[in-house]
Amino acid sequence: MELQTLIYLVVGATFLLYIGIAIWARAGSTGEFYVAGKGVHPVANGMATAADWMSAASFISMAGLIAFSGYDASVYLMGWTGGYVLLAMLLAPYLRKFGKFTVPEFIGERYYSQTARLVAVVCLIAASITYVIGQMKGVGVAFGRFLEVEFETGVLVGMGIVFFYAVLGGMKGITYTQIAQYCVLIFAYTVPAVFISLQLTGTPVPQLGLGSELVNNGTYMLDKLDAIITDLGFAAYTEQKGSTLNLSLLTLSLMIGTAGLPHVIIRFFTVPKVRDARYSAGWALLFIAILYTTAPAVGSMARLNLTETVQTGPVGEAGANLLYAERPQWFRTWETTGLLEFEDRNNDGRIQYYNDADPDFAERAREWGWEGNELVTVDRDIMVLANPEIAGLPNWVIALVAAGGLAAALSTAAGLLLAISSAISHDLLKGVLMPDIPEKRELLAGRLAMFGAIVLAGYLGMHPPGFAAEVVALAFGLAASSIFPALMLGIFHKRMNRSGAVAGMLAGLGSTLVYIFVYKGWLFIPGTNNLPNTAEYWLLGIQPESFGAVGALINFTVALIVARVTAAPPEHIQHLVEDIRVPRAAILTARR
Amino acid sequence: MQDPARAYWKANLRLVGLLLIIWFLVSYVFGILLVEPLNSIRLGGVKLGFWFAQQGSIYTFLVLIFVYAVGMNTLDRRFGVHED
Repeated sequence: MELQTLIYLVVGATFLLYIGIAIWARAGSTGEFYVAGKGVHPVANGMATAADWMSAASFISMAGLIAFSGYDASVYLMGWTGGYVLLAMLLAPYLRKFGKFTVPEFIGERYYSQTARLVAVVCLIAASITYVIGQMKGVGVAFGRFLEVEFETGVLVGMGIVFFYAVLGGMKGITYTQIAQYCVLIFAYTVPAVFISLQLTGTPVPQLGLGSELVNNGTYMLDKLDAIITDLGFAAYTEQKGSTLNLSLLTLSLMIGTAGLPHVIIRFFTVPKVRDARYSAGWALLFIAILYTTAPAVGSMARLNLTETVQTGPVGEAGANLLYAERPQWFRTWETTGLLEFEDRNNDGRIQYYNDADPDFAERAREWGWEGNELVTVDRDIMVLANPEIAGLPNWVIALVAAGGLAAALSTAAGLLLAISSAISHDLLKGVLMPDIPEKRELLAGRLAMFGAIVLAGYLGMHPPGFAAEVVALAFGLAASSIFPALMLGIFHKRMNRSGAVAGMLAGLGSTLVYIFVYKGWLFIPGTNNLPNTAEYWLLGIQPESFGAVGALINFTVALIVARVTAAPPEHIQHLVEDIRVPRAAILTARR
Repeated sequence: MQDPARAYWKANLRLVGLLLIIWFLVSYVFGILLVEPLNSIRLGGVKLGFWFAQQGSIYTFLVLIFVYAVGMNTLDRRFGVHED
């Protein structure tokens, strides 16, 4: 069957599935709308959390990031998985025991303060909006690339689908569609990886293929990759390039940020019990780890495939570079998208792909008649998108990858939109403005807030502010420096009071924002940065993306000091803390 | 707070503390700080430090969460604070 028809069929079928689930899982109460009636099985919630968490960036871009940064990309792998350990042990079970609907609600009650609740709402909305812009953009790009429709049309169709199941079903509808979306995206990710691993190393398990010998010459895959790219002047794949301090701090910022992102936290409000929340975090990480441990194999094998396709023999030997006229079909396909671009700088009709930014190597290359790197564009996204074609897989696999990319973007967008709309209808409207609003009207308000959030996200997706790529660092920075410490101290430090928490949140948030803005421009407006964003100007060499961990440390320190010198929280708050620390509120009796 | 409640909380903190030490060890120590020396050891075709950073740490995280869940459930029962 024609590829385009097949893609329409597969993507269309998944959309019908999502809509069907939406009709089946309508929300009838605010409890169902905000937390799916607290009736989601822990394994099901784990799967939904995985889809919620893994965005278009995880699905499409991460393997490419690994392919081109090698070892240094480990920070993303560890950072985006290690956060679940913190979430499982420090937050999820306790917040589930608290048993309410939103993250600001916990902060507001624990710190007996509407101000604290409002600060939390602002942090939540800022972090979630910045995050959802990227998802909407991802939807548009995926549509544009696979369905050959205009970018705007793609975003509109995506908005329509999300609107249908998120407005109708709330958390309940979102949860069950996310489960379906997880199945689609994980299948789409692993099938090409299995086949590529089989072709290169003879083992069907990509995680093992990473450490296996190549079928064609018996050397280990990673050794071969290190050798071939260092011959071309690139840094070795398995070698560390960034500074140890930045790698550690970035990993820590991503971990704390992951644990503090509200759209992930609220997923743990949907399970029936505290023990379910503990297990559910484990299931979520299991489902995430399937993709995250496959990605290093996909990245390294794609880099090897690409390099070996172009460099067919020993580096520097005449005739050892691919003739442009003989390039494979997938090369031609991706050239038409502009993601892969060739420019014959020395007019020899052959492709030279090497690191011309290294002056010594560029010098040597000139002796061979090379006049600069000729693969002028290699977009890292093609490492996943072109994989099925490179492996020579049938068209239905390509169609599946399209559906998988869309599933990843839609599921994350829906989770974020729910976090935003519940903060507006439950925290702002019911919590602050109209405490007496009846449930039916709150549900309606939730739906309207969801509708508004979708329109706003769609608009921002179509007209992304120039800083769209920068703001992801901001989302993690905000979550790490404001939300996570406030939640953790609220559970683990009974003496923590209102003044300490608010001062800590503002100090963490303020310092992180200032540090990012000083180097990246105030509100990311180009030209307004006070210092150039390069290593020699960074404070102690800390890059702005890594500052979230420092912001969290500032938050903890300020909060602890201020709480020490101000009055202890009231009696009933101390009881609340004691209560959330035990799964059952019964009076403890020693049974040993 | 009564004594059993304090003991329960202490046992909880001890378990979490121990698991977080392992969490720190596999990611920051093995995966980043000691990556160079560990890379001289090989696990099949992968250098050990590199393996911890891109594979081993994630597997360990997974085990840690399930150990935590089982450990806490045992603790809940021992102190009689389990649900249902």
